[in-house]
Amino acid sequence: MSTSDKPETTLHRFLANPLALGAAIVLLVIVLCSALAPVLAGADPAFSAIRDAFLAPFSAGHPLGTDSAGRDIWARLLFGGQISLLGALLALVVAALIGIPAGLLAGYYGRWFDSVSVWMANLVQSMPGIVVLLAARAVLGPSIWISMLIFGVILSPGFYRVVRTAVINVRGELYVDAAKVSGLRDSAIIGRHILTVVRGPIIIQASLLLGIALAIQSGLEFLGVGDNSVPSWGNMLNEGFRSIYRAPITLLWPSLAIGLTCAALVIIGNGLRDALEERGSSSARRGRRKNVGTATAAMAALPAVDEAALDEAALDEAAPLTRPGVNTADESETIVTAPLADLEFVPEPVWSDSTPLETPEPDPSAVLSVRRLRVGYGSGPHDKTVVHNVSLDVHAGEVLGLVGESGSGKTQTAFAVLGLLPTGGRVTNGSVLFDGEELTTRSRASMRELRGTGIAYIPQEPMSNLDPSFKVGSQLSTPMMRRLGLDKRVARTRALELLDRVGIREPERTYDSYPHEISGGMAQRVLIAGAVSCRPRLLIADEPTTALDVTVQAEVLRLLRELQSEQEMAVILVTHNFGVVADICDRVAVMNKGTIVEQNDVESLFARPRHPYTQTLLGSTLEGGPSRIDLDRAEAEGAHR
Amino acid sequence: MGSPRQARGPRPRKAPHVLSFIAKRTLLALSQMLVISAVAFFLLYLSSSGIARTILGEQATEEQVAAKTAELGLDRPLPVRYVEWLLGVFQGDLGRSYFTPQDVSDALISRLPTTLSLLIATTIIAALIAFALGIAAAVYRGWLDRLVQILSIAGYAIPGFLFALLLVIVFAINLGWLPATGYVQLTADPLGWLKTVILPIAALSIGMIAATAQQVRGAVIDVLRQDYVRTLRSRGLSEREIIFKHVLRNASGTGLTVLGLQFVGLLGGAIVVEQIFALPGLGTVAIQYTSRGDIPVVMGLLIITSLIVAVVNLLVDLGVGFLNPKARVA
Repeated sequence: MSTSDKPETTLHRFLANPLALGAAIVLLVIVLCSALAPVLAGADPAFSAIRDAFLAPFSAGHPLGTDSAGRDIWARLLFGGQISLLGALLALVVAALIGIPAGLLAGYYGRWFDSVSVWMANLVQSMPGIVVLLAARAVLGPSIWISMLIFGVILSPGFYRVVRTAVINVRGELYVDAAKVSGLRDSAIIGRHILTVVRGPIIIQASLLLGIALAIQSGLEFLGVGDNSVPSWGNMLNEGFRSIYRAPITLLWPSLAIGLTCAALVIIGNGLRDALEERGSSSARRGRRKNVGTATAAMAALPAVDEAALDEAALDEAAPLTRPGVNTADESETIVTAPLADLEFVPEPVWSDSTPLETPEPDPSAVLSVRRLRVGYGSGPHDKTVVHNVSLDVHAGEVLGLVGESGSGKTQTAFAVLGLLPTGGRVTNGSVLFDGEELTTRSRASMRELRGTGIAYIPQEPMSNLDPSFKVGSQLSTPMMRRLGLDKRVARTRALELLDRVGIREPERTYDSYPHEISGGMAQRVLIAGAVSCRPRLLIADEPTTALDVTVQAEVLRLLRELQSEQEMAVILVTHNFGVVADICDRVAVMNKGTIVEQNDVESLFARPRHPYTQTLLGSTLEGGPSRIDLDRAEAEGAHR
Repeated sequence: MGSPRQARGPRPRKAPHVLSFIAKRTLLALSQMLVISAVAFFLLYLSSSGIARTILGEQATEEQVAAKTAELGLDRPLPVRYVEWLLGVFQGDLGRSYFTPQDVSDALISRLPTTLSLLIATTIIAALIAFALGIAAAVYRGWLDRLVQILSIAGYAIPGFLFALLLVIVFAINLGWLPATGYVQLTADPLGWLKTVILPIAALSIGMIAATAQQVRGAVIDVLRQDYVRTLRSRGLSEREIIFKHVLRNASGTGLTVLGLQFVGLLGGAIVVEQIFALPGLGTVAIQYTSRGDIPVVMGLLIITSLIVAVVNLLVDLGVGFLNPKARVA
């Protein structure tokens, strides 16, 4: 995307917004009328004829009537517009001349100038503008130009702040560094790269500050402390207010002029911001897509690390399960050389013998029985299905691994079961039976009754899943008080027991800590304690170890396994990691592109992966470089698609 | 069962004492007030010439002017006068008005309750309405959200004194429900006080509501997207408890900060609104004395205004610290 078409598209987007376009037209008309006042007025704004005072609008020769001194309101409004708008413009220019260079310097060079100027900006903004202007008026007299000059200084932090922030944001960008390295002078960098970035925020801020300047100026003159020899809008308000009982209509015209101008300026500012943000969001979206790509690549690299940790864990536990890769080592070469194009096309799902391909009848013995689940986002032409036709069963005391790469729909499936799909998402087809009860048709309130006690959830990222403003203890004990009806003391005792059970050494201290005071591993243990606190029948754990240090991962997995067998829970473990699967799962369902492609018990799946996608995924967890590199490439490509 | 080594973790930090926080902030505020007063003092006196002449009028003789100048101490060096003034301020003495035989502190402090009651009532009412609107818009979205957004833009864009004028014309002049001008002491007649301040408070709060509701809405939407809200829901807590306990607490820091910023503007707005409704507050004093160039009163006004702003900022900081445990470390 070349830089030259950016302003054009932003302008197009701005003009496509009817409200903003209307505001721009209103402002244009007001400015034109004021500029052409000598032509349009048809009367001398200062000509006073006392016998013509308070003529109604549409009187002969006076389209808007006359004021208390018999002066023509229409003419005064037009000429007043010149003075009011020029005054506000003066304040804006002064603010820009001070604020923009100061912001550039503070943002680009930083150091002492930054600290001093931030301090000064705070100081200037800590005083109400009108009080400062009144003080200035006390010694400098009532000139509108002097007050607007001073108000420009007061407004300058408005420019200073947006420019400084924008410059700081862009200063660290690669292309600015590149320009520095290539020996471009600072002035050239500021001119070429930085001004382009801060241009948008400056224009938006200008429209808002212009409105503020006009409002303050009119307010000051309305108070009667302005220079009343000139016909400005504020002075007209002041005159109108004095005859508010006699002819309130004389107040209407200047009020309309001020109100319309200020509103138009704010709407234009908002419209510009929206137009710029849309452009920004499209580039942000591009950035995010890039991130997904790297995240996926990183994910593909993860299993190797995980295995190292799990090897240790396996030594202690002498895991009875077949180690992934041991049996399939011979096949790995062929998998790697298999054409990657196969991955794009998803062949028919492969089911184990125990789970027939067609599963018309939900399994009555299962805790959770999902059939032909479909999850979609949005509606109409933009809708998108992220989970297609997913069927799975989990029995009490069983751990089902739901495996797939990011974006394969495994987390969406989990959220659908919990009834916690993000805004816009919904189950569009299929059924979810929990203990034989249909969940997809349940009301939101009755779904809530089920969560915590029936179905519980362990999130992926520990630190972002505890409310930072409440102590760990209250976040643990409140659900037990609400859902199990425990009183506060009992809930506290139970919470402390749980903290002890999940391996936290000093339960009392953790109970009284805020989330930012504990480590990620501890936070994940707290979340596990919270999930099992109300003794759920089904536990959904969404990548519960991904965000943790390698050494902590194995411990957390072992804890999960222990709790699961203690409480005879059914568990769905969402993961991308076959090492985790081998360690604690009884059965595996492999997901790709929103569908389950293969389902089997763990041993059989590792021994004889039938679906090419499963084979490729398993191949990626093998020792040996080439397979992983190829998979990285495959997944990076997949992510870009 | 392995050893829970990560359970050792960092020891929970003890929150710094609230008093030391207050002391630090007070020092900061005092230094700011010192700078503001010094800059104002020097600028005001340097840019005003012939104060004595202005007070005495054109007919006064040179001797009279010289005598008056000496009487007011205007012939002495400016820095000395500033230090004297400053020492007076710490003893509650703001000097004497040039034009009336009144003590500046008496003149200002007698007007302070009117302005303060107006400001406090406006802030409380605006905060309640703004939070209600912001939360409702963020939670329900849809048409309600759009309505709140449009009202916010209108309330923010249109200057407060225009609303005040509209209210006077509609409710005082046309409908005659409420008095257009005048003031009754709260202590003398609470109902009468209420009648005289309803319109000023309404006029002042519109802008504050608009700006704050907009920010609260944004903050609530942000918090609702947080992972921990989903986790709280997964625990089976009621939506009401999640929104009014967890979301509200996490979003109200933003709301409080905006209210604090708006308060500075509110002080300016109060001056104009007091004039419209003829309320005997600081605003009326400000206009009366500044148009005559009464520097001691102007200085007193500046120092009281910055004191009010400093107190409000301190309260906001304390409030944010109370709401957000992470902010307490700073």
